[in-house]
Amino acid sequence: MSATTSTRRHSVSAFLFEHARLRLALLLTAPLFWLGLVYIVALAALLVTAFWTVDSFTGEVRIEWTLDNIVTVLTASVYQSVTLRTVGIALLVTVIDILLALPIAFFMAKVAGPRLQRALVIAVLTPLWASYLVKAYSWRTVLSPEGLFAWLVEPIGGSSPGYGIPATVITLSYLWLPYVILPIYAGLERVPDSLLDASSDLGAKPWRTVRSVVLPLLYPAVIAGSIFSFSLTLGDYIAVSIVGGANQMLGNLVYTNVGTANNLPLAAAAALIPIAIIMVYLAAVRRTGALDNL
Amino acid sequence: MRRLNFRRSGALVGLAIASVAALTACGTAGGGSGGGASGAPTDELGDYEDAVSILAWPGYVEDGSNDPDVDWVTPFEEETGCQVTAKYYGTSDEALSLMKSGGYDVVAASGDLTLRLVAGDLVQPVNTDLIPNYENVYDFLKDKSWNSVDGQPYGVPHGYGANLLMYNTDVVQPAPTSWDVVFDRAAEFSGKVTAYDSPIYIADAAVYLMAHKPELGIENPYALDETQLAAAVDLLKAQRQHIGEYWGDYLKEIQAFESGTSVVGTTWQVIQNSITTGNTEVVLPEEGATGWSDTWMIASDAEAPNCAYAWLNYIASPEANAAATQYFGEAPSSQEACEFRDDCEAYHAGDAEYAEQIWYWSTPIAECLDGRTDVQCTDYSQWTAAWQEIKG
Repeated sequence: MSATTSTRRHSVSAFLFEHARLRLALLLTAPLFWLGLVYIVALAALLVTAFWTVDSFTGEVRIEWTLDNIVTVLTASVYQSVTLRTVGIALLVTVIDILLALPIAFFMAKVAGPRLQRALVIAVLTPLWASYLVKAYSWRTVLSPEGLFAWLVEPIGGSSPGYGIPATVITLSYLWLPYVILPIYAGLERVPDSLLDASSDLGAKPWRTVRSVVLPLLYPAVIAGSIFSFSLTLGDYIAVSIVGGANQMLGNLVYTNVGTANNLPLAAAAALIPIAIIMVYLAAVRRTGALDNL
Repeated sequence: MRRLNFRRSGALVGLAIASVAALTACGTAGGGSGGGASGAPTDELGDYEDAVSILAWPGYVEDGSNDPDVDWVTPFEEETGCQVTAKYYGTSDEALSLMKSGGYDVVAASGDLTLRLVAGDLVQPVNTDLIPNYENVYDFLKDKSWNSVDGQPYGVPHGYGANLLMYNTDVVQPAPTSWDVVFDRAAEFSGKVTAYDSPIYIADAAVYLMAHKPELGIENPYALDETQLAAAVDLLKAQRQHIGEYWGDYLKEIQAFESGTSVVGTTWQVIQNSITTGNTEVVLPEEGATGWSDTWMIASDAEAPNCAYAWLNYIASPEANAAATQYFGEAPSSQEACEFRDDCEAYHAGDAEYAEQIWYWSTPIAECLDGRTDVQCTDYSQWTAAWQEIKG
């Protein structure tokens, strides 16, 4: 009995050994199926609705090919102004995050001792354990007229920025900072200390070392971090609805088109805007060669 | 060799896509049978299920967890054995997308939602013979355009009331009597004005224009032709300069008024009841107001139809209806309910004439609701586009 089983098992493995293609197919079908279903088919199924239309009475999506939604999204002034605002916020958040992340990551990777380094990595990761909503609502409290921020800056004659675009930029910069610090930190870890020593042995001042040695080596890591903060901001709509006052971003337009307007095709068309922007951004980054080193 | 590899992986991808296509086809075929709304209502009821899931406005399904003294859910659960789970929504639009996602047996819907639910086959016709308490409901609430189609009721009326003007008594003095504090005089409170975040708020501007710009000839704030809608949009765009934030979540408005980030704007009585700082007042301005008349409806794919019918009957019973409508701050649906309340007069309960002066939320449609036939009115999708443009 056991002999037959083992023979059969043996014959199966022998069969598979001889048929490399089948082996590969068995191995990859499940993950490829998953990848196809979740990422490609689902996304494509959503985006193709951009070229369909909605029955205004029943609210059902009708398969009737039209470019109306794309034209609306490209020409309506509300989409243009909201796109500009969203890209502006995304760029600002990215710049702020990189400026904050560079010194923090440099300290973590090159200055701090091993124990402090570990503690700092944990400290950077800790905010990721808290819910997005908790963090956004706590900024709503901090930035309220009688909140912590106002209390801190009142002695020096300042006041809370209130709810609006500045509050949105502050909140999003806070939310995405760990995603920018970590790749830059990882990139700095890979820069050998000997290069920094060599640079200073050759007479370079610290700033010169940073500019001519560290930053060029770090460029791909900075780009990786910027992709995170830029794309996450482009798609965000919750922070702005919590601390953004009456302002809306592209995500809000997508959200209201699905929820309020019950117009999935128009929402899909609006969702193409951030996808197009990210494509342009990635293409621009690729031209600089930064992606080759990732 | 490279070519071979490529072909091999091509075959794999093909296999994966084919399986996806097969699965999707199954999904579509299976999903089509949910409906049933267009059929006849149920003739008889069976045994109660174990649980019922209710989607409602905040304050409609209180089980004592917010305030131990406010509880009309527990008696229902004890009586029927149907365990109630409730979810609250902030705007009718949110409720529509929640209903589309499914999973709710009962929904409390306002007039700007009911017809959209019926048109989308999301709710079923209701047999009012199975709801003994339906008989007591005010006649002027029955067979209305927002709760019945061709004489077939789609639900049981719950209560009605007006969207009020809320103001911070420390900042807004003297006490306002007109909506002009949020429109023509909004600059005085710039940055601290709030408004309801839904296209239906355009009707509030239309109510104001009815009183202040009679030359526009608006007869019904939900029946606006293109010129009238443009006038309302202009008014709201001017208001937008002074809006601190829009509210769609009633908790957000409570917090905004308590912290002082909003000092004047539209509200509900239940929000005033929930504010603890004591420096806010509400008023029904002289121009009149928009309002709501709500209906309890049963989802077309309800998993617990018997519990759902039981809830519709229970919430229309004088005692439960009195408790629920008093808590929310609206008029009840029957005269009998007034015997359990001492404030019915304040809400003009049963006063059919007063009830007609509130402009109840209705879904704007192309066929003008005010009876005009020489012009096409703007429909809800145009209102939504206009609302996005107003917010900018």
